[in-house]
Amino acid sequence: MTDEAGIVVCDACPVLCRIRPGRTGACGRYGNADGALARMDPVVLARRAAESEGKFVPFLSQAGQWDGSLVPQTETFLTGVGAGTTYPDYKPAPFIVSSRHRGVDMVTVVTEGIFSYCGLKLKVDTDRYIGPEQAAVRCEGEQVGHVTTAEYGSQMMALGGVRHLTGGSKKEGNVTCRMMLALCNKERVELTVDGGAGLSVQAGKPPVINDVEEARMRVGCGSATIGMFARQWYGKVDEVIVVDDHITGVLTEHQAGRFLGMPPSGIRVRGRKSTPGRYFQVAEPGTGWGGTDITDPLTILEKIDPKTARAGLRLLMVSTTGEDAAYFVLDDDLEPVPAELPDPLVGVVERIGENCEPALVSVLFMAGAGGSLRAGVTENPVRLTRSVKESRTRVTCGGAPVYVWPGGGITILADVMRMPDNAFGYVPTPALVGPIEFTLRLDDYRALGGHMDDVRDLGVVGEKGAVQVTEWRAGNPWPFGPDGEAR
Amino acid sequence: MAAGPQAALLPDGRRLHLNHGPIDLVIEAFGAEREVTRAYEQAVERFSDILETLVAELPELRRPVGDMPHVFAGPVARRMAAAVWWHRGVRVTPMAAVAGAVADEMLAALTAGRRLDRAYVNDGGDIALYLAPGAGFEVGLAARPARAGLDGSFTVTAKMPLRGVATSGQGGRSFSLGIADAVTVLAADAAAADVAATLIANAVDLDHPAIERRPARALDPDSDLGDLPVTVAVGALDEEAVMTALTGGEAAARSMLSAGLIFGAVLALNGQFRVVGDALAHALPAAA
Repeated sequence: MTDEAGIVVCDACPVLCRIRPGRTGACGRYGNADGALARMDPVVLARRAAESEGKFVPFLSQAGQWDGSLVPQTETFLTGVGAGTTYPDYKPAPFIVSSRHRGVDMVTVVTEGIFSYCGLKLKVDTDRYIGPEQAAVRCEGEQVGHVTTAEYGSQMMALGGVRHLTGGSKKEGNVTCRMMLALCNKERVELTVDGGAGLSVQAGKPPVINDVEEARMRVGCGSATIGMFARQWYGKVDEVIVVDDHITGVLTEHQAGRFLGMPPSGIRVRGRKSTPGRYFQVAEPGTGWGGTDITDPLTILEKIDPKTARAGLRLLMVSTTGEDAAYFVLDDDLEPVPAELPDPLVGVVERIGENCEPALVSVLFMAGAGGSLRAGVTENPVRLTRSVKESRTRVTCGGAPVYVWPGGGITILADVMRMPDNAFGYVPTPALVGPIEFTLRLDDYRALGGHMDDVRDLGVVGEKGAVQVTEWRAGNPWPFGPDGEAR
Repeated sequence: MAAGPQAALLPDGRRLHLNHGPIDLVIEAFGAEREVTRAYEQAVERFSDILETLVAELPELRRPVGDMPHVFAGPVARRMAAAVWWHRGVRVTPMAAVAGAVADEMLAALTAGRRLDRAYVNDGGDIALYLAPGAGFEVGLAARPARAGLDGSFTVTAKMPLRGVATSGQGGRSFSLGIADAVTVLAADAAAADVAATLIANAVDLDHPAIERRPARALDPDSDLGDLPVTVAVGALDEEAVMTALTGGEAAARSMLSAGLIFGAVLALNGQFRVVGDALAHALPAAA
């Protein structure tokens, strides 16, 4: 979309800025780079109050322009967000900045990595059935990942990865890149699972599964729920069945009920018995009670044994999140008759809910920092890898801590919620562009063959372009802290 | 996945961040938690169509104010037109007040019907304030932005007739016809402060070979400044040039002060600064 003399029209918002070559639009975030619309983010400098100082004055704490000088009462960390990259020129990284912390000369190599190899691990807190393991996960009809293991109270998904980015059709690659970019930038994405559910996911927000927002993560499986609450039910009810997709629990058969001396109720549930009072597969997975397809809980009762059961027996059926509950009393024909949940039981059902944590989607960014990215740090890349493995070099993503996988290479895992907003970009390859910083002692940097001639004072950052100052994200370890200086 | 209006709490869990295109707001309200929550909900609700409504009248908002007031439909556009109307003696378009007017409109939405102690809406440095009786805000003043430290502070109390603070200068996101590093203005509301800061910053100027200028439209084809020469770079200036430029800006600020359009201003260039308005004279100790 260009018209007169190389002007690019930006369609990122309704203003529709017409941008001349080398300029940015009104927001300063999109610009005309060689006739193409490109994100032109300022480099992000995170600062925190020095330990001896108090809080920021409100009006100065705003993200704003920075003039290139150091702020005296604060400590600053230059993030890779907006730093740019020298790929594929095998040149020193865009910023190699020196600083002094606790009397030690440190250096931080700051760049944006172009991650051809990258993916996302999503943990979706839910008991609802989202689809079979290995099922394709799609975005805009393209496969962008797959369903992987079910974990405690949550379902994992593996999204992105080089095979979807560049190993399939062009459309598959572009959709995968857009999907990852949106999730990494904490935006919402709609996904579907083949043979499963439709999901709407966003980092740090509850998942929406088949248009229903998940509120709570289950307190445990049905057996665990019985273990936790048996004592509180005791004396208030004669039988409790906790409905769960994984293990459905039956109180009087369960070890916990027997320990309390509760007599058997004679109520049998369907499914495959694991150990006493614990049943697998009482129903199909679904979006009903406790992640099963059950909407009428009585359908999981196999039989009520007349030799053991008695008229007047009180039965509570409840899901593992406490969201669904029903109460029955056996009549003279030993048929369960729905009745109102007595007050004392209302409290215990509510307590199940209270013990469920809020269901969230968490998005971990996983990427490999190899090739020319390491060459931007040192002339001898393997030494960087070793230095990272020896904890001499601290790796961060936009200031967020990362987990470095054991084994070869520098393969990292970072929680996008701990990174600055809009920290990611992309290139048309397609590949994701994300911030990465390597912080180490200056003498260690020299020893691993660092680009010593390119080490600069932090002040140089302001000369290279726009700088945005943000507050250090509370909870992230300070990269210059004692752990970062570990030797 | 195109970016519409975005709303999020900042990592401190207290401040609300709203963004849509070039509008970037940081909002904080102080008071009972329930009232603050509802205030934020009102702000988010109001924000949903702010930019789109503005864009609908953008061509007219980019035209200089003439002798007849133009009647705008949108609430933000109306605030912009009202703020610039008093300055129609010089060439000015309603766009000179856009950031402040957005801050004022959002503050009104934030506080309507709510019981708050105080609140602010910061639109990229143009700030609208709300103060309950007895409340106050300390406003930091940076007379020498090159040092990035605070040079002084000024406490705005509920009794003062000012609820707007704006800063303008060369090298920021908007074009300036002048060379000021920063002009900070206190006025009745943020829109009034915004246009005044813009015009005072334009007046901090002189003819000098070290100042590089280009027609605004050569940089931005849709600029409301048309072919006026905007400052793109300022080379070395001797002290006399700095004083001349500051004196020009000070004259503009004093005439606004005497017309009752502003409450005070701080003008900064090359480490030198001028303070206009008695109320601010003591805010900057170094000014004495």
